[in-house]
Amino acid sequence: MLEIKAPGLATTVQDLGRPGYYHLGIPLSGAMDQLALTAANLLVGNDANAAGLEAVFMGPEIRFTENATVAVCGADLPPKLDGEPQPIWTSFAVKAGQTLSFDYLKQGARAYIAVTGGIDVPVRLGSRSTYALGALGGHEGRPLQAGDTLKLGQGRPAAAGRSVPEALRRGPTGSPVELRMLPGLYWHRITEAAGQQFFADTWKVANEADRIGYRFKGGAPLEFVPREQPFGAGSDPSNIVDACYPYGSIQVPGGTEPIVLHRDAVSGGGYMMVGTVISADMDLIGQLQPNTPVRFVEVDMAAALDARHERAAILDQIRQHLS
Amino acid sequence: MAKEILSPLPGTFYRKPAPDQPPFKNEGDAVAEGDVVGLVEVMKSFHEVKAQVSGTIQAFLVEDEDAVMAGQPLASLD
Repeated sequence: MLEIKAPGLATTVQDLGRPGYYHLGIPLSGAMDQLALTAANLLVGNDANAAGLEAVFMGPEIRFTENATVAVCGADLPPKLDGEPQPIWTSFAVKAGQTLSFDYLKQGARAYIAVTGGIDVPVRLGSRSTYALGALGGHEGRPLQAGDTLKLGQGRPAAAGRSVPEALRRGPTGSPVELRMLPGLYWHRITEAAGQQFFADTWKVANEADRIGYRFKGGAPLEFVPREQPFGAGSDPSNIVDACYPYGSIQVPGGTEPIVLHRDAVSGGGYMMVGTVISADMDLIGQLQPNTPVRFVEVDMAAALDARHERAAILDQIRQHLS
Repeated sequence: MAKEILSPLPGTFYRKPAPDQPPFKNEGDAVAEGDVVGLVEVMKSFHEVKAQVSGTIQAFLVEDEDAVMAGQPLASLD
């Protein structure tokens, strides 16, 4: 069992998510950095979809009441076992009675803590992921609190000291970080100059960035092509007749600050979207800190699919390395 | 080594509880362990920054409303 001594900022139980209910308004949820959770699970001998903990910006403090193998992947949030530093992206043994805590965040935003057997919370609609807005899944449908206890599932023995090679530890690189996107159905609503400016500007991650969406600020406001708003659309030029919001879609309320919808997003609404961040780059968004400079880069569908295959190939290499 | 108060989180640092109120602490003020010296805003919420050590504030090392990183020194103590 895991005893939560201090919860961190907004630590939640997450697996790879709850797809299949978005049309009913229930989002995907699951780890924002799916590759990092998968790697952490594989390091401790779990299936990729086992539930782990997603810690954002600040780590929790956890006392173990049983022996376990643990791995922390994703952000460089340095783990400590009874105060002794432990490596990230590497499995390590924890003995009953020991306490896992974390040093200050060095890089990235979200660390994934996997434990042999996975976190055994009830499966809701096919997933153990926490959707806090809807009080669904995870531990009582909410982020962890001090005093919570979490049961572990039946684990397979896993060796300590196994490590994901550095070349396979995918995360945001360079500055500005480049997020690739496909322009979408509503691209025609903005002027050609506004479209060029959108890609030319360097944006910064705003403080309003969480599991629901990531807001960006600092670029030029969008200039819209004048039109008489259609029946059902609001009066602001950024309004559309309500439509589906895909995972990764980039809405721009008021034409000022783009918001990329992430794993706990709403499924529809009346803001125009300039396009959608490609699936391969959604993991990277989950690792962005506030104030990180970002550029949006236009790609076509072929490039998006290539990127998807490249990401899948990294996961395959991690699997092969750890098998 | 000089004592410092570190930011627990990345975000925006505020020295005042609200824009129309005085700062939590000024340079020269005494702080005890656990005293609130500022706020960090991130993910649509505000988190108190508490002194991890006691002492007298020598200087604030960041401005009000500056962007800060986790582990960044916010103030130095005597």
